[in-house]
Amino acid sequence: MTKTFPIGGLHPQKHKLASELAIIDAGLPEYVSIPVKQHSGAPAKIVVAKGEKVKAGTLLAAADGIVSAPIHSSVSGEIVNIGLQEGLFGYDEEQITIKVEGNEYAQGIDTSDKIITEIPDDTEEIMQRIRNAGVVGMGGAGYPTPIKTTVPEGKKAEYLIVNGIECEPYLCADDRLMQEKAEEIIIGAKIINKLLGIQKAIIAIDENKPQAIEIMSRLTKRYIGVNVRTCKSKYPQGSEKQLITAITGREVPAAKRPIDIGCIVQNVGTVFAVYEAVMKKKPLFERIVTVSGDTAEKSANFRVRVGTPAEFLINKIGGMTDKTAEIIFGGPFMGTATVNLNTPVTKLTSGILLLSKKSTAKEPETACIRCGKCVDVCPQGLLPFEIARRARNNDFSQLMQLHARDCIECGSCAYTCPARIPLLDYCKISKAEAKKILKKQ
Amino acid sequence: MLKISSAPHIFSPVNTRTLMGNVIIALIPAILAALLIFGFSALKVLLTSIAACVACEYLICRYLLKIPPTTGDYSAVITGILLGFNLPASIPLWMILIGAFVAIGITKMAYGGLGKNLFNPALVGRVFLFVSFPQQMTTWPLPHPGDFFAPDVQTGATALGILKHLDGNSSSEALTKYSYSIDNMPNYLDMFLGNVGGSLGEVSAVALILGLFYMLYKKVITWHIPFYYLSTVFILTSIMWFYKETPDLDPVAHLLSGGLLLGAIFMATDYVTTPMTTKGKILFAIGCGILTVIIRIFSAYPEGVSFAILIMNAFVPLIDRWCIPRVYGTGRK
Ligand code: SF4
Ligand code: SF4
Repeated sequence: MTKTFPIGGLHPQKHKLASELAIIDAGLPEYVSIPVKQHSGAPAKIVVAKGEKVKAGTLLAAADGIVSAPIHSSVSGEIVNIGLQEGLFGYDEEQITIKVEGNEYAQGIDTSDKIITEIPDDTEEIMQRIRNAGVVGMGGAGYPTPIKTTVPEGKKAEYLIVNGIECEPYLCADDRLMQEKAEEIIIGAKIINKLLGIQKAIIAIDENKPQAIEIMSRLTKRYIGVNVRTCKSKYPQGSEKQLITAITGREVPAAKRPIDIGCIVQNVGTVFAVYEAVMKKKPLFERIVTVSGDTAEKSANFRVRVGTPAEFLINKIGGMTDKTAEIIFGGPFMGTATVNLNTPVTKLTSGILLLSKKSTAKEPETACIRCGKCVDVCPQGLLPFEIARRARNNDFSQLMQLHARDCIECGSCAYTCPARIPLLDYCKISKAEAKKILKKQ
Repeated sequence: MLKISSAPHIFSPVNTRTLMGNVIIALIPAILAALLIFGFSALKVLLTSIAACVACEYLICRYLLKIPPTTGDYSAVITGILLGFNLPASIPLWMILIGAFVAIGITKMAYGGLGKNLFNPALVGRVFLFVSFPQQMTTWPLPHPGDFFAPDVQTGATALGILKHLDGNSSSEALTKYSYSIDNMPNYLDMFLGNVGGSLGEVSAVALILGLFYMLYKKVITWHIPFYYLSTVFILTSIMWFYKETPDLDPVAHLLSGGLLLGAIFMATDYVTTPMTTKGKILFAIGCGILTVIIRIFSAYPEGVSFAILIMNAFVPLIDRWCIPRVYGTGRK
């Protein structure tokens, strides 16, 4: 039976142009620029200096505290610059620039394709390897994986959900990974199972990925406790809360974490990174990136070294066209637009999209016609029009009653609004205000 | 040239203008029916009404509010069509101008324009004309299908009108003059096709239902309001019929007569003046149904749909407050 979340959601055009394209290696650019903060939490502390020679997998910056993650070099070569550069969000951020020389890996990394199935016995050792490899949640915010796979005192893990839902249009990175690295992902899930002290894992895949479902279902027969569940193709099915509800019927209480109701959700990319960290001793320094869009001459799923500039990948698929109006890092709903072609791929870059003016045109905003569509599509049961109306008037008195904090920023409301009111912007403003109010209390 | 914008980066193809455009397309069958049934005078009424509504909104934006005219969203066109639909074909054209001013100028623009008005503009326009000019507003030319230029000399009564008068409130002289006789009650087929007396847009059930299906298909509206409104009327009138409260008009005739279909399909589904959530819409529709039946059967007015919807319009802010959705992660385990 296909599962889904009960309220809200929508069905945008899928544009999965790259779903049939096997992952190919993007190759090495001349330079990579590696940000020291690619995760939520504190930026990593730099442990190298300009002029030093590094190899792929060499530690560049160490985790600074618990909520942080180490950063590794993705290439071999020489560090030519350490300094501030414009990041994806338009602010300056610390980046380490490396001139690529050769293609060598740091010692101890197993770069073969051989699948290793014997999971180490020592959970402390497993945890250490994940931590040292800098694995973070690759589906969204980049929350350090070691924290997410540690069950807090007094809590009990019941479900491990491997998130194979890729509900954003265009993106196919997770889809391809599941098709090509299915067994590694299953083993990764078993590793996390071991850390959580549970036997079962559910791999959730949306129904527009029949090959991934087929391959995964076939392989999971050999692994007791790992099962595939098919979910409806609906946006935002891949959101953590909505996925938990679809699979378990439970809801994450407002302001609580999934573990509070016994759930842990890990994106397939993350689970694969866990496998590589533990079984191959390979730090997280490359990932799969879908490069596509309605103005891309062709699409591709690349295996990309972290720090590779966007332009290098865009040129690989034939460059921009005159029609390209926006370059998006991530998906068209939740991604970030950039005009800086040097913006580097990070651990969190699921796609780079070249979108046309036509598909991204922001029509002028008109009056709310009270159509209720924003309310209908909100998967969180919020009243986006009301949050927006008040935020526009700088009225933040009702933020708690309106539950602005529970907005998951999926953008469904703003996508749907026929009056083209920037509802998501107002929701984000309101969320920030709500945080301020909570802090004061 | 690359640009920066905030998320989301893509949008649904449906904007306000396409929504309103789809409503207009859905109104076309009923417009054609009106032209077919009432001929040239229907055309005059509709054109006057549309032109007056659009002009009124344009002028108010331009010269009173000094804002860019909002007529481009087509909503004034819809109000114009709906106002025209609620008028008899024989109405003097200058009265339409007054109706249009009340609808657009007072009911819509004075509240702040599209999206801010509490009451359905076309209905307020109609009710205003109804209480101001009861004579002209309740004189319906007989249908003359197919004969486009036939003059509207004969006047007939609507099914609901006949019943009100048969109640014994009218003199026998009036009864004969306006042919208020049970023998003149139209049959189902005539009511379904529209071969009956009545306001322009309300007579042809089949045309209105076609429009309904188009709007459902295009997802302009959901089925809830028409369904709950019509069901409520059907159930209540069935009960009354069973207990002989309304001996002469059975529930099916109730559904087909008067402005009920027009109201349930096009007026009670107006986004601006109806509740936002599905739960709210259902409440609203049931309320409209109950009020319609009460007014039709117990009041001095033959027709209850306009008043019922307007009264329920007033409750919308309250209903919206009651029917807010449950927020994810609250109030359930
Ligand atoms: S962005 Fe927030 S308010 Fe809008 S639909 Fe998503 S959760 Fe609801
Ligand atoms: S979708 Fe837009 S127009 Fe419709 S109610 Fe929400 S804010 Fe208003």
